[in-house]
Amino acid sequence: MAPNTLTIAEAHEQLKGKKISSAELTQACIDRIEKVDGTLNATVFRNFERALEEAKKIDTKGEFTHPLSGIPYLTKDVFCEKGVPTTGCSNVLRRKDYIPAFDSTTTKRLKAAGALSLGKTNTDEFTMGASTETSCYGVTRCPWDTKRVAGGSSGGSAAATAADECLFALGTDTGGSIRQPANFCGCTGLRVTYGRTSRYGVMSMASSLDTIGPLCKSIEDIAIVLETIAGKDPLDATTSDVPVPHYRQALSGSIKGMKLGMPKEYFIKGMHKDTEAAVRDTTKVFESAGATVEEISLPHTEYAVPTYYIICPSEVSSNMARYDGIRYGHTTGDAKDLIDYYHRVRTEGFGNEVKRRIMIGTYALSAGYYDAYYRQAQKVRTLIKRDFDEAFRKVDAIIAPVSPTPAFTVGTHENDPVAMYLEDVFSVSQAMAGIPALSVPCGFSKSVTPGFVEGLPIGLQIMGPQWQEERILKIAYAYEQAAEWHERKPKL
Amino acid sequence: MANLSHDDVRHIAKLARLHLREEEVEKFSRELTSILQYVEKLQTVDTKSVEPTAQVTGLANVFRKDEVQESDATAADLLSCSPLPIIEKQIQTPSAHGS
Repeated sequence: MAPNTLTIAEAHEQLKGKKISSAELTQACIDRIEKVDGTLNATVFRNFERALEEAKKIDTKGEFTHPLSGIPYLTKDVFCEKGVPTTGCSNVLRRKDYIPAFDSTTTKRLKAAGALSLGKTNTDEFTMGASTETSCYGVTRCPWDTKRVAGGSSGGSAAATAADECLFALGTDTGGSIRQPANFCGCTGLRVTYGRTSRYGVMSMASSLDTIGPLCKSIEDIAIVLETIAGKDPLDATTSDVPVPHYRQALSGSIKGMKLGMPKEYFIKGMHKDTEAAVRDTTKVFESAGATVEEISLPHTEYAVPTYYIICPSEVSSNMARYDGIRYGHTTGDAKDLIDYYHRVRTEGFGNEVKRRIMIGTYALSAGYYDAYYRQAQKVRTLIKRDFDEAFRKVDAIIAPVSPTPAFTVGTHENDPVAMYLEDVFSVSQAMAGIPALSVPCGFSKSVTPGFVEGLPIGLQIMGPQWQEERILKIAYAYEQAAEWHERKPKL
Repeated sequence: MANLSHDDVRHIAKLARLHLREEEVEKFSRELTSILQYVEKLQTVDTKSVEPTAQVTGLANVFRKDEVQESDATAADLLSCSPLPIIEKQIQTPSAHGS
């Protein structure tokens, strides 16, 4: 088996046993990127020389005590790494090649563990999108059918992981940006409890919703990365001091007697019948493992997308104010004064989706509209959170689809922003409630229906109460081990 | 029903420090109106006795000691990120009062 196709856990065993070297592992990922990334467009910056240098240093030392030691990974192009160009896939940073002077806490923790950064992955501009189509570098393609999108916004990280360009990747999830592309590309991805991982050094989109998490080839790998990056960070005041458990130890063991809820609001008109069937079929696996599955209700689900598309753009309009062409980023020489300079820098630098969200947010936060929009949305957010609080009094975890259909074709929602927003219909409620949720492969489309083909990955979403990553990982692990969907690979 | 006129869009764009070409004013007024009409749904939810959620895990007042701490980034590193001229550790911007 080519080393780049290994899971982290498998590669760690081989590194420890000196069956492969970190340099060989890293070179295998580099070869793979060079072979397939011309088609996928998952990477936007390649740091191969530095990764190989680091790998050789680790090989010379020969200590592989940490499971991430000598493991190559890719990171979404919103994580700052000292000395490495980071652009948010936006023209406002791309042309000047913003070179951060510091590391994000997450990449710093990974570096300390011995993990090797191979480079940056594609994302929608500043993570705003569900398809990677708003990136200034162009769309990332789904490894299972390159006419389709990889999803988004962490589409580059999902496609790269699924296509074995790396052993794992980092992403961000504000309203589904890890789970939805993992679901489209057939890998696993975790959105953590808000504040479980540090956002320091990661470009902000919507600060009350943004989270940092891993995309991997197995649930065990998710546990390995999570226990390395999770925990309190003095540089991000929203991180929590709730103790970080040993997630790997929690994986094995029975899920017998666990109660799972399936929300009736997550099976809607217009969803793909294979998605519905694959998700409903998981019941059999859970029941044979001794868990029970019952129907539950999350009554405010229909308000999740409208709530999200007030809260998110409002926070976007505030966060995007920093791109003024003064401290970093795009500049222009023709401005007649400072205010004209701001206008020119931002007009030339931002793409249309970013402009749309800035303007919606500016409107929703402006005098006379604040109560009707932002404040009302925050109140509905409370109701959405209460739905989950209620549900978790009855069940241990909730299972549902990640999105209504498998990967759609490039350009599907080109002229219809609302249709694109509706792609998030099953993935924004969890962000509203601040709860952890993951996507694990649960099947493939079987039929040829209008707009879709057979053989596209389908993911199962598993959600738990705040700080219960352990519980959902255990449930996902039991499912994964029984179903083995994660072992299928795309042909590229 | 929310309906953003061309003048509304021009005003919002000005607040957001964005220039829009005439055809963009037309395009964004159509798109932003469709988004606002979609989120209108929220107005039908009864939230009379509901508190808004701003911080979802219940953290409040996180303090640290007011001490000078070492940072990875030096002042020179941070200044070097600027695309504008640096004079005596300050960034020279276009004039706020016109040239």
